Amino acid sequence: MTNILEVKDLELSFHTFAGEVKAIRGVNFDLQKGETLAIVGESGSGKSVTTKSIMRLLPESSAEYKNGEILFEGRDLTKISEKDMQKIRGKDISMIFQDPMTSLNPTMTIGRQIMEPILKHQKLNKSAARKKTIELLNLVGIPNAENRYKMYPHQFSGGQRQRIVIAIALACNPKVLIADEPTTALDVTIQAQILELMKDIQKKTDTSIIFITHDLGVVANVADRVAVMYGGRIVEIGTVDEIFYNPQHPYTWGLLSSMPSMDLEDQKLYAIPGTPPDLLNPPKGDAFALRSEYAMKIDMERQPPFFKVSDTHYAATWLLHSQAPQVEPPALIIERMKTFKGSRYYVEQTGGTV
Amino acid sequence: MVKYIGKRIVYMFITLFLIATASFFLMQTLPGSPIASYNKLNDTQKAIVEKKYGIDKPKPVQYAIYMKNLAKGDLGTSFVFKGKSVNDLLATRLKPSLILGAQAMVFGTIVGILLGMLAALKHNTFWDYGSTFFAILGISIPSFVFASLLQYWIASEWHLLPVGLWNDGWKSSVLPSLALAMGPLALSARFIRTEMIEVLNSDYIMLAKAKGANGFEIAFKHAFRNALIPLITVLGPLAAGLVTGSLVVEQIFAIPGIGEQFVSSIMTNDHATIMGTTLLFSAFLIAVIFIVDILYGVIDPRIRVSGGKG
Repeated sequence: MTNILEVKDLELSFHTFAGEVKAIRGVNFDLQKGETLAIVGESGSGKSVTTKSIMRLLPESSAEYKNGEILFEGRDLTKISEKDMQKIRGKDISMIFQDPMTSLNPTMTIGRQIMEPILKHQKLNKSAARKKTIELLNLVGIPNAENRYKMYPHQFSGGQRQRIVIAIALACNPKVLIADEPTTALDVTIQAQILELMKDIQKKTDTSIIFITHDLGVVANVADRVAVMYGGRIVEIGTVDEIFYNPQHPYTWGLLSSMPSMDLEDQKLYAIPGTPPDLLNPPKGDAFALRSEYAMKIDMERQPPFFKVSDTHYAATWLLHSQAPQVEPPALIIERMKTFKGSRYYVEQTGGTV
Repeated sequence: MVKYIGKRIVYMFITLFLIATASFFLMQTLPGSPIASYNKLNDTQKAIVEKKYGIDKPKPVQYAIYMKNLAKGDLGTSFVFKGKSVNDLLATRLKPSLILGAQAMVFGTIVGILLGMLAALKHNTFWDYGSTFFAILGISIPSFVFASLLQYWIASEWHLLPVGLWNDGWKSSVLPSLALAMGPLALSARFIRTEMIEVLNSDYIMLAKAKGANGFEIAFKHAFRNALIPLITVLGPLAAGLVTGSLVVEQIFAIPGIGEQFVSSIMTNDHATIMGTTLLFSAFLIAVIFIVDILYGVIDPRIRVSGGKG
């Protein structure tokens, strides 16, 4: 597997009137060709900022890259000029935004909006670009594309608009597609359609996708690997199965416990107590320690490093340290771990299916 | 669309008719009469004059005659300017006012828009503060102050352009147009700046950036048209106000415009001229509002009037 994108020790701050907000505090991950990496976490955990920093879409007046690099095909995106970045945006890396109702220009026909990156990056003539636009509209499932491409965004429904935004993102066959909560603003049936569409397109084009969401149901549906973010850092990263069935970080436990489940009817839905940390004054130790019932003394003092769970699975929690006491995860998590081979709670199941 | 325009034109005529009726009767409530100041005339002579101008007839009859003539496009005869027809009077007086108003409008909005865009694109920098300062000056200082300053420095001290009057071709129009332009310039700059800043923070601008658009494309292709909508709303009344409200500036530069004409006609109770000028101003405003409504649709597809099939 080749890495198409590598984020190394990324640190980014916003300068505000209140002071320096350390929105990203050392993020590391890589993205392989053709895979879908989901980034999950609460609001304010830094997931959107991380992806916008890859695209360099943050306001230059207030956002500052403090440290680290973002390697795309060997080039460090934090170092290249704005002009070079413009050649990458929309061509090699493109983005789908959260709210389709506001992410299209209301005074421009959707055809022109889709055509714009094609004309800009692929140097096609108008009629070829038009043909490609209609193909894209067909690809994302907008019927009657020949007539509808002259229409304005307000003449489409929310789901259709998100399809159009996806068509714009796909216009130049990007190598990396960043989807920032692409289904959050849509209703459930349309969500499912959009997710199917994205999976379909990935199969056809072999694009790598970074999928940001706070909806774990969506993650299970689309992702190959999952990174859990908290307080501007990644706290756990692994394959979907590892994160869902053998989670190690107390924050991941909390997230999974607060997911409604069909099997447990009479359970009250769990909520993680407290609020995310204030990144104006980030906590010294583990950012989650103040909300965690598993916190130890060292969590308050030193930031935990990544501990290796398997070749693909890492978690930043002192609980994995060899001197840490054994703790019992919440009952719901133990239930999950029972089905995961390699977990200490694994129970051989009769019948063999998981 | 054609149906919509047709409907609007019918409404425009109805509006104009109502305005004509209202101002006709309102004017009659003014004390005095056009010939009240003619002290040298005796009663018989006054009666002759009244008969000549038709003001001896009962009011409803006068109204009917006036409306009949108005329908033919005849605004009547001035009482004061020795039997000149109001149509001729307005035609000669309107031209300078229209030229000044149009020049001030075009110059003011274009420079104002550029200034506003500069301020928005260089948000919170020297350019922004500079243009804001300039705009505040333009809004708070009345046009006659600019007029006097321009007149003093450019015309009287440096002799670059004529001090006043309307007899030196385009040169006569430069200073009064500049003085008049300050208002619309400042207003457009403020409107565009506020709106551009908001538009530049919107999601679709972020998407345009994510497509690889450069700064120029973002400002002019994506943001400008969306930022223009609120400005269009105020531009209509502003344009009408410029043509009709240039009275003070016209006075300062001694330009025989329509504003001056209007005031003097009221002073002398010149009924036909008051009516004629009022109707002209009203027609102008109605037309401008109509044009603005059409422009809305051109700029913003969401408020475009759907023709026929919906």
